[in-house]
Formats: sequence, structure tokens, C-alpha cells
Amino acid sequence: MPRYTLNINGRDRKVSVDEDTPLLWVLRDELGLTGTKFGCGRGLCGSCTVHLNGESTRSCMSTVDYAEGNDITTIEGLSPDVTHFIQEAWIAEEVPQCGYCQSGQVMAAAALLERNPNPSDQDIDMGMKMNLCRCGTYQRIKKAIHRAADEMK
Amino acid sequence: MSNSVSRRDFLKVTSSAGAGLMMGVYLPGKPRFKSAASDSFEPNVWIKISPDNKVTITLAKSEMGQGVKTALPMIVADELDADWQNVEVVQADAHPDKYGGMMTVGSRSVRGGAWMRLRETGATAREMLVSAAAKQWGVDPASCRTDNSSVYHDASNRSLTYGKLTTYASGLKVPKKPQLKDPSQFRYIGKSIPQIDTPDKVSGKTVFGLDVRLQGMLYATVIHPPVFGAAVKSIDDREAKNIAGVKKVFQVSLGVAVVAKSTWAAFKGARALQIKWDNGDFSMDSKDISKSFRDLARKKGVVARNDGNAEKAMKKVDSRLEAVYEVPYLAHATMEPMNCTAHVKQGRCELWVPTQNPQGSQRTAAQLTGFSNDQVTVHVTQLGCGFGRRSRTDFIQDAVETAMKVDAPVQVVWTREEDMQHDYYRPATYNLFEAGLDKAGEPVAWNHRVVAPPIGRRGGPNSLDRSSVDGASNLPYDISNIFVDYCRSDIPVPVGHWRSVGPSQNTFITESFIDEVAFAAGKDPFEYRRKLLKNQPRLRNVLELAAEKSGWGGKLPKGLARGIAIVEDKGSICAQVAEISIEKSQVKIHRVTCALDCGQVIHPGIVESQTVGSVVYGLSAALYGEIIINKGRVAQSNFDDYPLLGIHEMPEVDVHLVDSQEEPGGAGEPAVPPAAPAVTNAIFALTGQRIQSLPVSLNGMRTM
Repeated sequence: MPRYTLNINGRDRKVSVDEDTPLLWVLRDELGLTGTKFGCGRGLCGSCTVHLNGESTRSCMSTVDYAEGNDITTIEGLSPDVTHFIQEAWIAEEVPQCGYCQSGQVMAAAALLERNPNPSDQDIDMGMKMNLCRCGTYQRIKKAIHRAADEMK
Repeated sequence: MSNSVSRRDFLKVTSSAGAGLMMGVYLPGKPRFKSAASDSFEPNVWIKISPDNKVTITLAKSEMGQGVKTALPMIVADELDADWQNVEVVQADAHPDKYGGMMTVGSRSVRGGAWMRLRETGATAREMLVSAAAKQWGVDPASCRTDNSSVYHDASNRSLTYGKLTTYASGLKVPKKPQLKDPSQFRYIGKSIPQIDTPDKVSGKTVFGLDVRLQGMLYATVIHPPVFGAAVKSIDDREAKNIAGVKKVFQVSLGVAVVAKSTWAAFKGARALQIKWDNGDFSMDSKDISKSFRDLARKKGVVARNDGNAEKAMKKVDSRLEAVYEVPYLAHATMEPMNCTAHVKQGRCELWVPTQNPQGSQRTAAQLTGFSNDQVTVHVTQLGCGFGRRSRTDFIQDAVETAMKVDAPVQVVWTREEDMQHDYYRPATYNLFEAGLDKAGEPVAWNHRVVAPPIGRRGGPNSLDRSSVDGASNLPYDISNIFVDYCRSDIPVPVGHWRSVGPSQNTFITESFIDEVAFAAGKDPFEYRRKLLKNQPRLRNVLELAAEKSGWGGKLPKGLARGIAIVEDKGSICAQVAEISIEKSQVKIHRVTCALDCGQVIHPGIVESQTVGSVVYGLSAALYGEIIINKGRVAQSNFDDYPLLGIHEMPEVDVHLVDSQEEPGGAGEPAVPPAAPAVTNAIFALTGQRIQSLPVSLNGMRTM
């Protein structure tokens, strides 16, 4: 099986998996980074969102082969102690219900703020529309993103 | 077990050296089975106050986002005057009787008797700790006060922490009637204190079922027959076994399991399988099912409600209105697909599973392995949504049977496609309506025939399925002659409990039809309902609150319209007003105003988020939720053909809670039912088009 070296959360990790293995399953099954979730397997729900070089990426649709050579950030590496602006805003607004999609929501929101530090409601809609939440936490997600943007000023 | 069990029967205090004060409280809920020795006392919340001043609350209910992990401990901690920072919550493993009924369904964790019993448990412990301190100090207990897990005697400037008092306290007599707080003294109840489990949910630390990782664990997936009732004819696994990482392929009762070294390998292996199915004789399409319902509706069903004499009254009415309403099958579509991790070895079976039904899981595993309950341990993980889907045990059966054939722990994960196509669906139903109005336009007779497959698993061919008529037979309106009957369909598509259950479809149906009746009478739909609720002060109040907060009757910008709906469900009342527009046949929901009376609110923040979330759940169903049956199988497979509401479609939802000290009602479900009819009634108000079948997207309108 081919060997890969993945830079994840600032550390090089070596794995040996088939080249078509999605990054999602490398993270979850090979490296024990279970914060990134499996929701649909087809890039439709966003539960598996991670950052590749700071950009929101569906880890269920990105093969390990594609991911190698990029800086990969997962929810575990977003901040050392849950202090990223987005995480703090998420806690302050009590966004999660069941919490399953929230790793993906947090990662998508963090990437959104990175490229647009002061998003409008519409920017948030466009930036977050591919991240589904069956519990329906959207209203608080929007509030939390605005809160984080305010805190970052 | 009724709510009238005496305190002695539901509260037990124990202590052992160094362990501190232990209290168990039995919460109502039918245990699925119980041992003979334990019929007098079945605690399902254990409270331990340890010498280090920590309060540990063992929670036997499942957490799926509804907030029980915070709300139930809050109630105890409040009466106990415990320091919230020192409260720890531990998830209970399944036990056949120790905790009473563990099933977490029906928004029942707080309502019913639980609320009062949790309070009395906290108050009892507090009173014993005060007595212990007073005895040690030689003072009158009435001169002591409690705060933040300590007892204080201000006159002598003395204090002791609860932890220091537990050993002494546990030897004291249990007070018969502990003094409960006046609601004005609540310190946590009614306040949105930080939820215990939020930080872990935003850092990826929360362990859902899929996140269980064990030494040497294997991964598996199960492919189930696409057509309901089909069986395996033959399996060609040559290609599957050639895939790196695939270890085993074998048949289990419900399908074919592929065991591998990773989830991905298992999924790839499953895709490579060539399975021939024996499809049996179910090959209907959704339209055939609808026709079969229509045929059943020709005959009278089982009577669900019969007030006055609707048949006679209908003959004397001034005008009559008839309608047919239909709803489709719906999937739960929990974000976390069905999964269960099992390890069967040396006479033991251990499960790690996101389940609403720990005792059913234990029983399933015991039956399959031939073990006793004692040999089966069920660890309940966090649930990535439940909505009723996780009250079933089919995925647990897959995992146990797979684990029995593998010499290692194994995590069985369904693909999203399997999850979507092998659900216990919200049933499709067909409804015949007839209403009779007098000269003044008042409804005097109401006929409603519900045709549906039964959600409950009990009862013979001519029995009433109460879940199917819930929300229809308990129509709240003051109408002298009401007749509701139920015709049972035996279509073999598996159906089950879907968030709010009967009212989720019946409220769309009844609240649309009453709206039709109001318009036929030439009346304002809010005023019409209000008059019919004259003997229901709580409902009327909620209806009025929703109307007032939405600005009902006030002018709207051109192109917008409002619709209203109300439900009484799970001990609570919810009314909603939706504001919508349609541009180039595109439906847009701008705002939903919710009024909710759920009695005493434990945690307003949780109730608010449950209410908003319920509206979203209801809107996804109303706008585009539809499971279509094609030749006996489900046509949908993932979120592209079974879409969920996204953030960009999210209306502004404002929630107004009725300030109440009535018994708490449910909060996780009652806002689901009114969402659909509030929207469709608004569509009618705007266009004159009455939506009589869901989803809305089937009615010549675009919803995405």
C-alpha cells in the first residue's frame, strides 16, 4: 500500500493506505482524529469539513493522495484550548444541539472569517449553505459568526 | 408505574464508608422489563455527594441535543443548593431495572412525574445535610441556610461543606416531606446557565457512537435488501474480497456484512459485492400505496372519537365542505448515520451505541447471543440526533451478529444511503374530511377519517393505532359533533416514531382543514380559531400571543402573507404564524413567530433552541420532505434527493415563551407540528391555492 506523509495540525503524520482513501477516513480510522465527522460521504452535508491550507474542504471527497503536501487543519487543531474566536462565540451563543455537525460548522465558519472578517448575513448564507444541521441551529450559527467577527475587531 | 407512587417508593438513600451520600430516584416511564426483586424501588437517576464535595448525577436518559444532560441535573442542583461548578454528570450504562425506563422518547425526560421527583430528591438531600450540620453544631436546623454546596449558620459564623457532612447525613432519617423551594427562590431553574457539554462539542471531543475507538477494532458495514421484505438469493464476494483491507463477507439476519480494517475498505467492499436478491412480492409504487389508502377510506374504520352525532348533525347543516389530505413517508435523516460498536467474547457482549433505547439494545444483544442481561454491557454514547430513529434496534442487531462472527471489537457503520433507505419512516397517510357549518358559519359537525399504517406495533387488524390519530382525535376546537375514525393499512414499508409522531402529520391536516372552514365561513382564521378555543384558556392564550407577536392583522408589504396554526402536543401548546412570499413560483419563508406554553421552563435557552430546531425540522418536511417508494424500494438515497433546510433558507424564527409555573410539558417536539400548516395556510392566504398534500414542492411551487 502506498505511504503518505500528511501535515496535520502542524505535525507530520505517516500513513499507509490506498490512494483513493478519503482524507476523512485517514483522519478517523488511521489517526484517531474523530472530531471530523462522517455524514453523507458525498460532499453534500459538510460534517467532514477541514481546512486545506486554510480553505474549507470536504474531507470525504478529498483523497489522501490529493491532501498530501497541503497544510491540513482539523477541529482538534483549530486552537489548542478551545479559544479560537469561532469556538468562543459558539460557546457563548450555545450553538450546538446534538453537536454532530458542529465540527464541520466551526471549521467552515473559521475559514469564512479568515477570508471575510466582517461577513454580512448574506455572506454567511453563501459561505455556510453547504453545511447542514438537522437539529436546525442555523439562527445561532449566524449570531455566533457575527459575534466572533465583532470580537476579532 | 403511575405517578402516584409514594415518595418512599421512589427515593432511596444509601451510604457506604467513604462513598458519601447516595440517593436514587425513580423517574416515571415504563421499564421494558424488570426483575422481581426490584419492584419497590427502581431509581433512574442516582445522585452521589462525595466527601470531596462533588455532586455526581448519573443520567439514565440519552442526550441527543435536547439538553437532558444539563436540564435534569439543574433541577436537582437547584433544590440541593449545589455549586454548579461541582456537579458532574455520568451517563448510565443500560440496566434492566436499576434506573427504571431508560427509553428517551416523547419529550418525556422532564414532564410527567420526573420534574417533581428530581426536585424532591434534591430537597431531601439538602434537608438531611442541614440536619447533619445542625446536629453537629447543636443548633436549630431552621437557623441554618444553604448555598453553593455548603451549610451556613450565620449567627455563629460557622459553615461546613456538603462533602464534610455526607457520612453523618446518610445515617439520618429520610425526611417525609422535604420543603420545596418557592419558584421565586430558584437559582438555576428558569435560567439559561451554560450547558455542560457545549465546549466538547465545539472542539471535537464529544464521543458519538461513530467515535468509539477500541484496541484492535475492526470496521464493518451492512448492505440491506433494497426492496422491503427481500432476502439474499446469492452473494458473489470475489471482487469485494480482493479489496485491500477487506477481511470477511458474510450474511447476517438483515443483510450482508463486510468486515474490514477500515470504514473505507468496508464501504468499498460493500460496493463491490454482487448480491442477488429474492425480491418477494412487495413491488408497489407510492401512487399504488396512495390508491390502496383511498380504497381503504371507502369503509368505516375504528372509532377514535365520537362526540355528539356527527352523521345526524351533518344532515342539518347549512353548508358542507369536503377535502382530502395526504402526506408522504419521511426519513429521520439523523446527521450521524446508524452505527453500533460491539465486542462479543468469552461469554460477554459489550456495546457502545448511540441509542434512545439502552434496555432494548441490551435485550436485543442478549437474545442474539443467548446471554443473560448481566453478560451484556451497553455503554450509551452521545447521539448525533435521535428523533425517534434511535429507539429502534435494527442497527444493533447488525452489530451484534457481526461481532459474533469476528474475533475483535467491530464498529458497524451504515452508509448514508443505507440509512436513508432502511429507516422506520414517518408513515404516509390519507385523510378524508367533511365539515358542516351552520348559518352563522360556525362548524357544527366534523368528520375525519385517517388511513395510515400503524406506528405502534401492538393491536390486531381492527384495532385503533393511537399514535396514528394523535393530533386528529384530540382536535382542541369546540365543535359539538366530532367523529374521527382510523383505517389500518398493512403496507409493509417500515414505519416508526418521527419527531412529534402523530401530530407531525395530523396537525398539518387538521389545521389546514380548519383554515379552509374559516375561509369558507368568510372569517379571519385567527379569530375563527380563537372563538372555537373559548373553553381552552391555555390554548387561546398561546394563539393570541403568537398572533400579537407576529402583528397578525397588521399590514404587510405587498406580496407577503401570513398563516397561523396551533397544536397541543406532549403536554405543551405551540402556535406559529408564518410570513411568506412567492416570487416566480419560488416560495420564501421570511419569518416564523412561535408562542410556546410548556409550563415551567427549566432552561429557556434550551427550550428556545429546541423550538427553533423543531420549526426547521417541520419546514424541511413541509417544503421538500418526501420518501418515494418505487417498485417496493426507497428512491431517495442521500441529501441531494432528500434535502434538508439550509442556513440560506432559514427564516427569522422568534420564540415567545409563556411565563408559567404549571407542570413542565415537553419541549423537544411540540414546535414541529404547526410549522407546515402555518406555511401552507399562508400560501393559501397569498394565492388562494390550498396545499392538500405535502411536500409543498409537489404543488407547482419551487421551494429550493
